[in-house]
Amino acid sequence: MSVGTPRGLASSGQKPITEIPHPLSAAEESLSPGPDVSISPGGDKDPELTNGTLVDGSSPASASSTSALLSRLQVEENSEADAAELYASTETRDLFVTVDDPKKHVSTMETYITYRVSTKTTRIEFDLPEYCVRRRYQDFDWLRVKLEETQPTNLIPPLPEKFVMKGVVDRFSEEFVETRMKALDKFLKRVADHPVLSFNPHLNAFLTAKDLNKRQGLALLTKMGESVKHVAGGYKLRARPPEFNAMGEYLDTFSQKLGTIDRIAQRILREQSEYLTELREYASVYSSWAGSEDELQRPLEGVAGCVTTCCGALEDLSENMSQDFLPVLREYVLYTETMKNVLRKRDQSQAEYEGRLEAAVLRRQEDRTPMPLEVEKCQDKMECFNADLKADWERWQCNKRQDFKQLLIGMADKNINYYEKCQTAWESLVTVLQEKQTEDKTSETN
Amino acid sequence: MIMADSGSSEEVAVIGNTDITSTESENNIINTMVERGTSLLKKMEINVAEAEKRTGKNTVNMQETYTVYLIEIRPAESVTEGGTPAAPDTLWRRYSEFELLRTYLLVTYPFIIIPPLPEKRAEFVWHKLSADNLDPDFVERRRVGLENFLLRVASHHVLSNDKIFFLFLTEEKGWREAVLDTGFQDKVDSRLKSVSAMLRVKNPDKRFTALKQYSDELNTVVSQLLRVRARVADRLYGVYKVHGNYGRVFSEWSAIEREMGDGLQSAGHHMDTYAASIDDILEEEEHYADQLKEYLFYTDAVRSVCKKHELMQYELEMASQDLAYKKQQKEELVTGTVRVFSLKGMTSKLFGSETQEQRESRLSAIEQSIEEGVEAVMEKNTECRDFVSAAWEDIERFKEQKDKDLREALISYAIMQISMCKKVWPSTLFRTSFCFQYKH
Repeated sequence: MSVGTPRGLASSGQKPITEIPHPLSAAEESLSPGPDVSISPGGDKDPELTNGTLVDGSSPASASSTSALLSRLQVEENSEADAAELYASTETRDLFVTVDDPKKHVSTMETYITYRVSTKTTRIEFDLPEYCVRRRYQDFDWLRVKLEETQPTNLIPPLPEKFVMKGVVDRFSEEFVETRMKALDKFLKRVADHPVLSFNPHLNAFLTAKDLNKRQGLALLTKMGESVKHVAGGYKLRARPPEFNAMGEYLDTFSQKLGTIDRIAQRILREQSEYLTELREYASVYSSWAGSEDELQRPLEGVAGCVTTCCGALEDLSENMSQDFLPVLREYVLYTETMKNVLRKRDQSQAEYEGRLEAAVLRRQEDRTPMPLEVEKCQDKMECFNADLKADWERWQCNKRQDFKQLLIGMADKNINYYEKCQTAWESLVTVLQEKQTEDKTSETN
Repeated sequence: MIMADSGSSEEVAVIGNTDITSTESENNIINTMVERGTSLLKKMEINVAEAEKRTGKNTVNMQETYTVYLIEIRPAESVTEGGTPAAPDTLWRRYSEFELLRTYLLVTYPFIIIPPLPEKRAEFVWHKLSADNLDPDFVERRRVGLENFLLRVASHHVLSNDKIFFLFLTEEKGWREAVLDTGFQDKVDSRLKSVSAMLRVKNPDKRFTALKQYSDELNTVVSQLLRVRARVADRLYGVYKVHGNYGRVFSEWSAIEREMGDGLQSAGHHMDTYAASIDDILEEEEHYADQLKEYLFYTDAVRSVCKKHELMQYELEMASQDLAYKKQQKEELVTGTVRVFSLKGMTSKLFGSETQEQRESRLSAIEQSIEEGVEAVMEKNTECRDFVSAAWEDIERFKEQKDKDLREALISYAIMQISMCKKVWPSTLFRTSFCFQYKH
């Protein structure tokens, strides 16, 4: 398999950037990256492949607009107008992936879970329009490693945690599998929506091959730092351009804040769980009181019922928090780590260029040797890296904004929902009790 | 919105209105007391208006700090439409004086379920609530409880006519003397007597037995409820306050964001508001706890009445037994048979029979005794019957009052929960402000 090397501005793949559908240009309400092709429990739905025909390249951007393209790529931080222009059309998306249907496999050696990976596409890089394969976590991990190796200048989305403590977490519990599957689905969708990564041949293999022939001799890269060594060794960076400095600082603060939020959220879950325990007992005391009363039996049972309803609503809220809120936080912490590593690699690339340049300049001063080719190559490499990184950064920021908007609004909605359920329960109780009061009053006055 | 036709406007105003506060609902209970009240309440308005700290020397000549409460009495007609009410007559009382009054009432009217006083010491507290008697919140809640006590007594058709009670409300200085002068302390039944009665009564009245059992059950379950409620309050407090931590981190996070910044700030502010809202919520819930506590303490009063009845029943049985024994004795004397062992009879058998004179004098003594005995039994019987009828009347009244009050309390509790749900996540407010400020 050929390893894709970054070549100039063609980091957008075979197509000019205006024709690459941006994953985030989808409607606001949808979860990034873009409209999901979720195979709902109700049945299969075919995604709309209305404008898939753009693949064959109608009206590519003319060469003269390349400079315009360049300036657009040099994004001023988060300019809304630029973002809108850069990430235009939704309908041009032509690769849809989904991860679902977890199943347990038991063999003599081990037990593991596989997931169904479904693909629908009109791209010519794929032989068939549809694919359906089963993959396990190991396979996703393989894909990610391969992507990192072959696209070192790109930001690869994170995978959910690989190792789980066997005693502490049940790897086969419905909840764990569900959470993991959602994260894998997100991962794959992000890759599929990335204008460069989605054309990686390893992705293709992952999505289509019956049996994934992973090179067994592949060393498990547990630390990202390993790959950095391949790029350049021992060059010292002179001065980091300010925009990359800013990125680094942002990432540090950001991941710190995420960590804090995670801790707070976990604390809240604990407090809520203890509250729930007490609340349940509270309900049962009302019930047992009702047993020794006549007139008050119904009101007391009513209160017990309301409290129980609130318990149920609270359980749902807590579940949502741990299944929807926390995973996203954690995913972004991983994402931040990945991004920081890419920044480091970029630094290396710059360091290498600077080092070689300096050496070459010195030599030229001595004996007028022309600038060696490697130095130019290095410069190219560095500039591509910078450009790729900036583009990925933009994309990532956009993703992040959408994801967190979703997240926070989602949490607000869930909380609103919880209080609404409680309110409804109490309101209906009040109605019932006040009706009885009116009855009593009228019978008294009669 | 729940809208039902409210009945007479003078009746409890809670119908159809879910927006009333719990204090309003409590006032509704008080209004009912006044409505159905006695002539006393129709003549005067009673308030426990204020509380003040005093220091003074106590009985062992040591300095102590205590709280006094201001009782205000106003003639009922003095509050005219649009006019300012006339100045009230006032006097100060401390908690121990209320206790003395209550003890007097307990002894003087043993067939009445005497309304309870608010608790002497703060119990069933959750961590933030102070257990200190001088804490202003505790004093305030006690003030309300004392007013409630006075109103309950004043609206009771028997108790409201009591002279000592009247003096309590009107005579600051001379009252203590007046109470002690009644000699009520002599009428207090000894503990020993009560316990014996409980253990040895042969024909307990089934109704009273059932009532005592119910009262014990109620006591247990309400205690439990109050305990669990305090724990629930504690936990809920924790949940809300931890959310407050979000406020700061969102604020810090917003500093490094551009588009998201405003949205995060607003989210942070809402978290702070949310976390702060719990204090008021839980304070209001204390009113509910106080309503439950009143009935918890009422169970003690019910128990007292049952015990008094037991005692009376026991005394009646003892008197009957005594009479029966005396009659036996007479019979033996008359017929010469010894059925019941008596020392005298034995000795006279052993040491020779007695003279006719002796015999006759003994007979008349016994007959006299029997007469007295019959009277005693009749008296006790009447006493018992009167007690039962008076007590049962009050018990029925109490049951009705309890059902009504507790139902009101539950309704107001539900209304409190509703208002809490409404204020907490001002849904549209938070969501829209977050959306609008969050530029994507």
